[in-house]
Amino acid sequence: MTPFVADVLIPVGKIVAVILYPMIMVVVMIWLERRVVALMQLRLGPNRVGFQGLAQPVADAVKLFFKEDIRPRQADRLLFNIAPVLVMFTSLLAFAFMPLGEPVRIGAYTLTLWIAESPVGLLIVLGLSSISVFGVIFGGWAANSKYPLMGALRSVVQVLSYEIPLGLTVLTVAFAARSMDLVEIVRRQESSGVWYGFLMPVSFVVFWISAVAETNRAPFDLPEAESELVAGYHTEYSGMKFAYFYMAEYAHMVLVSSLVVNLFFGGWLAPFPSVPALDFLEVVPGFVWYLVKIMFFLYLYVWIRATFPRYRFDSLIRLVWKWLIPLALLNFLVVALVRYLR
Amino acid sequence: MELREYDLNMGPQHPSTHGVLRLKLAVDNEVVLGVEPVLGYLHRGMEKLWESLTYHQVVPLTDRLDYLASLSNNLGYCLTVEKLAGIEVPGRARYIRVVLAELQRLASHLAWVGFMANDIGAMSVLLYAFEAREDVLDIFEEYCGARLTLHGIRIGGAVRDLDAPLVARIRAVLGKVPDRLDDVRALLDENRIWKERTVGVGRLSGADAVAHGLTGPALRASGVPWDMRKDIPYSSYDDFDFEVPLGANGDVYDRYLVRLGEIGQSIRIVRQALDGLPDGEFAAKVPRVLKIAPGEAFHTIEAPKGVLGFTVRSNGTDKPERVKMRSPSFINLQALDAMCRGYMFSDVIGILGSLDIVLGEIDK
Repeated sequence: MTPFVADVLIPVGKIVAVILYPMIMVVVMIWLERRVVALMQLRLGPNRVGFQGLAQPVADAVKLFFKEDIRPRQADRLLFNIAPVLVMFTSLLAFAFMPLGEPVRIGAYTLTLWIAESPVGLLIVLGLSSISVFGVIFGGWAANSKYPLMGALRSVVQVLSYEIPLGLTVLTVAFAARSMDLVEIVRRQESSGVWYGFLMPVSFVVFWISAVAETNRAPFDLPEAESELVAGYHTEYSGMKFAYFYMAEYAHMVLVSSLVVNLFFGGWLAPFPSVPALDFLEVVPGFVWYLVKIMFFLYLYVWIRATFPRYRFDSLIRLVWKWLIPLALLNFLVVALVRYLR
Repeated sequence: MELREYDLNMGPQHPSTHGVLRLKLAVDNEVVLGVEPVLGYLHRGMEKLWESLTYHQVVPLTDRLDYLASLSNNLGYCLTVEKLAGIEVPGRARYIRVVLAELQRLASHLAWVGFMANDIGAMSVLLYAFEAREDVLDIFEEYCGARLTLHGIRIGGAVRDLDAPLVARIRAVLGKVPDRLDDVRALLDENRIWKERTVGVGRLSGADAVAHGLTGPALRASGVPWDMRKDIPYSSYDDFDFEVPLGANGDVYDRYLVRLGEIGQSIRIVRQALDGLPDGEFAAKVPRVLKIAPGEAFHTIEAPKGVLGFTVRSNGTDKPERVKMRSPSFINLQALDAMCRGYMFSDVIGILGSLDIVLGEIDK
């Protein structure tokens, strides 16, 4: 392999792939969500555009692209324009650190299915994910309108609540793997033979609940509660800026699902590595296993949305501060003790 | 940062105000300090319009008041006119009216459960409830051709007889509704989030409810046993054996339980009415040009939303001199302020939903 291919073409290709991959998943997710929720509710959902309505999200995006871009006169121009970009950008950037599959050998060259392997990858992903909340807050604040403002305020309250249990559970994973490197965390699950989700179920449950809150999804979709705040923080947005918020929400879901899979369910690893009869599962490429696993969690998101009513924000705070944080702390203590004694 | 009290304008285009209602909310961050409903966006001058129409022509317009329970409005108006004109309604017609009115209550309450759950964020319940409501509307369609504005009850009786195939169909639907209702109850009854959003929210004591003139399921959820069908029976309701579901706390959750209980009781009443359907005419002979000697009559019925009353004054011609309506939604809405004070902004949507208002009969 020539140096040109290895040093230029492959990295560029990877960058393009990492931008395309979340966007494709977003399209699939929008379709899946609308269709699955519809079927759960005895409806049909979109089934006209393309095979089984698969092209519906594309049609929607094209429509939004041609919509007039409206900016309220009283809005803060800079923040109003930055907010959707910030939300989208942070969601996409985080994928650079997300291992999507095991390295592929092509002759002497090893193709890694991630762009960057950083010793603090986990921290960077969490940090980027938190920065995207600023997009929500800016968007709600800059519109200078009452309902978006309330959406933004709720978003602040939500961040102050769920980020703490999220951080505490992530720490337990870092303890178990003795690393903050996402690739290393998956490798440790391979070498120890047990996925951390089964080793530390409490961590997983707390992480998952916080992750649903992080992505502003039902039952924690308070910042955009449509029956209360019209559309919450993005009420005043139209056209592609609205589409950015909309797509970023789904990209964020894909990101968080990837994080859950990598931290707790062995990333690209095939299940049951210790059962010799199931060795044929290893033949399936790692990327496929990773996809299957994240699709499960993405489906879970949709399922939860179709089932539960929305929390009121004071009950969300109560849930997080009175239950999740003490639970996460206790869990943290137990994991730390076990880790110390072994 | 200093937090100030500010006014939030909710509606008339807000997704949760069920029509064109505008609420002026005084809020401190998200705590509600006061609610002032602003009405009139749907005002069509109904009461004045009725003065220029004959007694018969008024009936289809009453459909447009509470459009989720058009038959109840028909019934309330027709009973008042019959009382004023001294028209005797045949027994079979009275039973048919009971069947129709109770099916209408079923449809109205099912729609309410769906909208209410949707406001709180449980969107699947809306579709499950509407699936059951569709079946009831199909009955109406077969009965009189319309689904929403039915005009199925006329002065003197009903528009059509209940024939055997229709009776069989009603029985089949009545068997299906409880199954759908079980789906709804499985999603909501013991759901933690649902209970957190509804239990203890929007409480109103029985005495306060009476003082505000609250009627219907919202009043009974506060523990006041007042149901026109039991207390001042009309249209043969005293023939049937049914209970009046009561709540204890007067909160949103109790209003939910009371309405679900009433759905069960309505099914019971319809079954009894179908079993005991007497022979005879389905409508009394009423002249096309109905002239009523000068006088005044007031009659109330238990509509799905509360006590619905009509006052009709006649002047010897074929047109009423004045029709005044006591619409339950209008009066129930006055209690909103008392219910919402001190609760969160999100609760306003739930409390407003729990009152089950329809703007058609508030603005008239």
